[in-house]
Amino acid sequence: MRLILHVWRQSGPNAPGRMVRYDAPNVDEHMSFLEMLDVVNEELIKKNEEPIHFDHDCREGICGACGFMVNGVAHGTQPRTTVCQLHMRHFKDGDEVYIEPFRAVAFPIVKDLVINRSAFDRIISAGGYISTPAGSAVDANAVLVRKENADLAMDAAACIGCGACVAACPNASASLFAGAKISHLNLLPQGRAEASERVRGMVEAMNHEQFGNCTNIGECEAVCPKGISIENIARMNREYLSAIWSERPETGGGDGG
Amino acid sequence: MPEVLTTPITSPKLDSRIPEGPIQDKWETAKFKMKLVNPANKRKYNVIVVGSGLAGGAAAASLGELGYNVKCFTYNDSPRRAHSIAAQGGINAAKNYQNDGDSVFRLFYDTVKGGDYRAREANVYRLAQVSVNIIDQCVAQGVPFAREYGGTLANRSFGGAQVSRTFYARGQTGQQLLLGAYQALMRQVDAGTVKLFPRTEMLDVIIVDGRARGIVSRNLITGQMDIHMADCVILGTGGYGNAFYLSTNAKNCNATAAWRAYKRGAYFANPCFTQIHPTCIPVSGEYQSKLTLMSESLRNDGRIWVPKNAGDKRRASQIPEDERDYFLERRYPAFGNLVPRDVASRAAKAVCDEGRGVGPSGLGVYLDFADSIQRLGRHKIEERYGNLFEMYESITGENPYEAPMRIFPAVHYTMGGLWVDYNLMSTVSGLFVGGEANFSDHGANRLGASALMQGLADGYFVLPYTIGNFLADHRPDKLNEHCPEALEALANVKDITKRLISVNGKSTVDELHRQLGKVMWNKCGMARNAAGLQEAISEIRAIREEFWKDVKVIGTDDNLNHTLEKANRVADFMELGELICRDALTRAESCGGHFREEYQTPEGEAKRDDENFSFVSAWEYKGASINPELHKEHLTFEHVKPSQRSYK
Repeated sequence: MRLILHVWRQSGPNAPGRMVRYDAPNVDEHMSFLEMLDVVNEELIKKNEEPIHFDHDCREGICGACGFMVNGVAHGTQPRTTVCQLHMRHFKDGDEVYIEPFRAVAFPIVKDLVINRSAFDRIISAGGYISTPAGSAVDANAVLVRKENADLAMDAAACIGCGACVAACPNASASLFAGAKISHLNLLPQGRAEASERVRGMVEAMNHEQFGNCTNIGECEAVCPKGISIENIARMNREYLSAIWSERPETGGGDGG
Repeated sequence: MPEVLTTPITSPKLDSRIPEGPIQDKWETAKFKMKLVNPANKRKYNVIVVGSGLAGGAAAASLGELGYNVKCFTYNDSPRRAHSIAAQGGINAAKNYQNDGDSVFRLFYDTVKGGDYRAREANVYRLAQVSVNIIDQCVAQGVPFAREYGGTLANRSFGGAQVSRTFYARGQTGQQLLLGAYQALMRQVDAGTVKLFPRTEMLDVIIVDGRARGIVSRNLITGQMDIHMADCVILGTGGYGNAFYLSTNAKNCNATAAWRAYKRGAYFANPCFTQIHPTCIPVSGEYQSKLTLMSESLRNDGRIWVPKNAGDKRRASQIPEDERDYFLERRYPAFGNLVPRDVASRAAKAVCDEGRGVGPSGLGVYLDFADSIQRLGRHKIEERYGNLFEMYESITGENPYEAPMRIFPAVHYTMGGLWVDYNLMSTVSGLFVGGEANFSDHGANRLGASALMQGLADGYFVLPYTIGNFLADHRPDKLNEHCPEALEALANVKDITKRLISVNGKSTVDELHRQLGKVMWNKCGMARNAAGLQEAISEIRAIREEFWKDVKVIGTDDNLNHTLEKANRVADFMELGELICRDALTRAESCGGHFREEYQTPEGEAKRDDENFSFVSAWEYKGASINPELHKEHLTFEHVKPSQRSYK
């Protein structure tokens, strides 16, 4: 099939960007979306033009490196699918496809479709962990975990940190990302010791990074390639309220982001 | 041109530093004998960790926790993206929680045997010992392993093991373990003990007075090249499967860090030990960019077959039962579809070579769940493999509940890597190597669910001790960044970059990489022979020559330039590919993932030659146009006596 692409091109963080039209004349239905772009890029290189830059690595939907808007939807319109796992059989001959980077104040553009998501790393470093130095752990079966909690924690932990939730949110909120990590760790008995510091630190870091607030729109859940539920945002809010009401700030160990 | 083989004596340059004493006490003895660094002095030491996967990330986090001053480098935008994340199946540990007869000794035994007797016993024993600590550590970090209703950890059997020792987090075990290490790392970043360098690639190692003292890195966003000096350097930079172009590795996985270290004096061990995984989704076209693994747990319930007659192009459903050849069940009645990876892969290749392969390319075999669905019900199969079936359908557009899956082997893991001693130090003093990047624990074939185990063992429990021991012998001192050795390394990488850009030829990097991959796959893949390997070596040389004459790198070196990054990595694969073939040619026996057609039993099984090849081959770089020199570390087996592997 033949497609017409409209791609956001921007040569650097401070350069002006614009949509550029490209012809993709030989698209095979078995290609992944990124393989389709690979072929376009090979042609561009042959024509002495800079290829379209996009982040990608595993191409199996698990590393979270890839992600951009396809026709206005983060990772494209296939549910629960990263753009590396989106296949061209979902398009038809003659389609025009609009490809743009994830946009958010906290995710500055690096080049073309490549963005800087290091704000996510800083949110994690503000409490998204359990403090347990190597060698200090007790036997793994010494602490029993309710199966239901273990399963819910796993559901939340499946987040790949791609940033689609932020891109889809009209407020560019990172609540689904932070809520998922807070849920994962706070649902487990091992995570309870630092539960209050964790949620306070991560929420403050989120605000500090200029992510917006959650207003219960639900776009994040709709585009999440891993199907992370907004129930995790509710859990984060509950944990946060309980943390700020029940603790004296000066005794908190979290030193925030 | 196989080398003349003499009596098995280890080269004096390969001191494995295996501690004295009974095997079960070696690690304890070694730890006790290791020198310690005074806690107040630790922050005066600078440690560089390259890579942020299970080995690198865990090492950086643990060393930061101990108080060392750590710099951690990754080419990804975040440490959480390292390719350890893609491991699906699980992680082995000798916990014996299932009371089914597992033990440290049994895990050790299985790993040495599974590696076809080409691994170092002492290392493998230590791996089995610390495996139990890994599970404790990961659970304490909050890794959400699968659990039973009583709240205890669940296990499954994996990769043909006869005990249930595999811990798992759905089909995302690698992801969850990596996130555990990543979170520990980010905690250290917050504490100020680790400084993170994302989107920064190591391009050379700096060696001063025979000791690794730093690296040269390139900031991938700005193109800035920097010198970083340190008291020691750790590489946790993964394997080299992408030398084959198509593999299950992530697209950006590369061997550049390891290869540049090799060119600075670190020996490269067993490069020909590459693992081909039997259950991957077949190639669909020339544009194919990578291959996707389907967990081998599918072989527990799927039956593998091809038509009995060559050229049978009927749809699977139209081929009657008596015209199907369930070749694994036929050839290996005892293990059937569950034979180890190398055996299953070769058998699939054999039937495709006979013209009985399925799918448009003829390079595929069926993995059929019809019997299991009939026996257990669709619901049960969905519960066990639902996510994998979805993934298969998303990629191929075919529904595996209705038609059998098509699978074909693909390059998956590399057992070879930089040679290391018992302390994980390479032949260059102060240069340590962990995880898939080293060669140490899997011999000629890695068992399922053992890669995660080894990466974390190295990162959490081995390197934190051996690094301390090394540093205790060396006073902390930060060398001047303008020392001649550093400036020479910087000039070297600047020169490579300049040359890559200035070729300005007509072939794209991917075109040339694909050419290399085809030679590697056809002549140094699942089956190898001397004539083919010799051809491969001269073909690779020709492709390499063409690369440097005709590669086209667009753009400049002062901003984000994926083409330049790729060209730099592929240039190294062009050299490494030749070494892989040379090693395969020299090893005139079949063992594990290395199958030489000349050395097989009458039934077509791999035939090891313990008398002549019970050694680790370690290659020393001698210069650009000079053949590398082979050194041998002789392997002795005191506890697991080599025997012919049989799965009949």
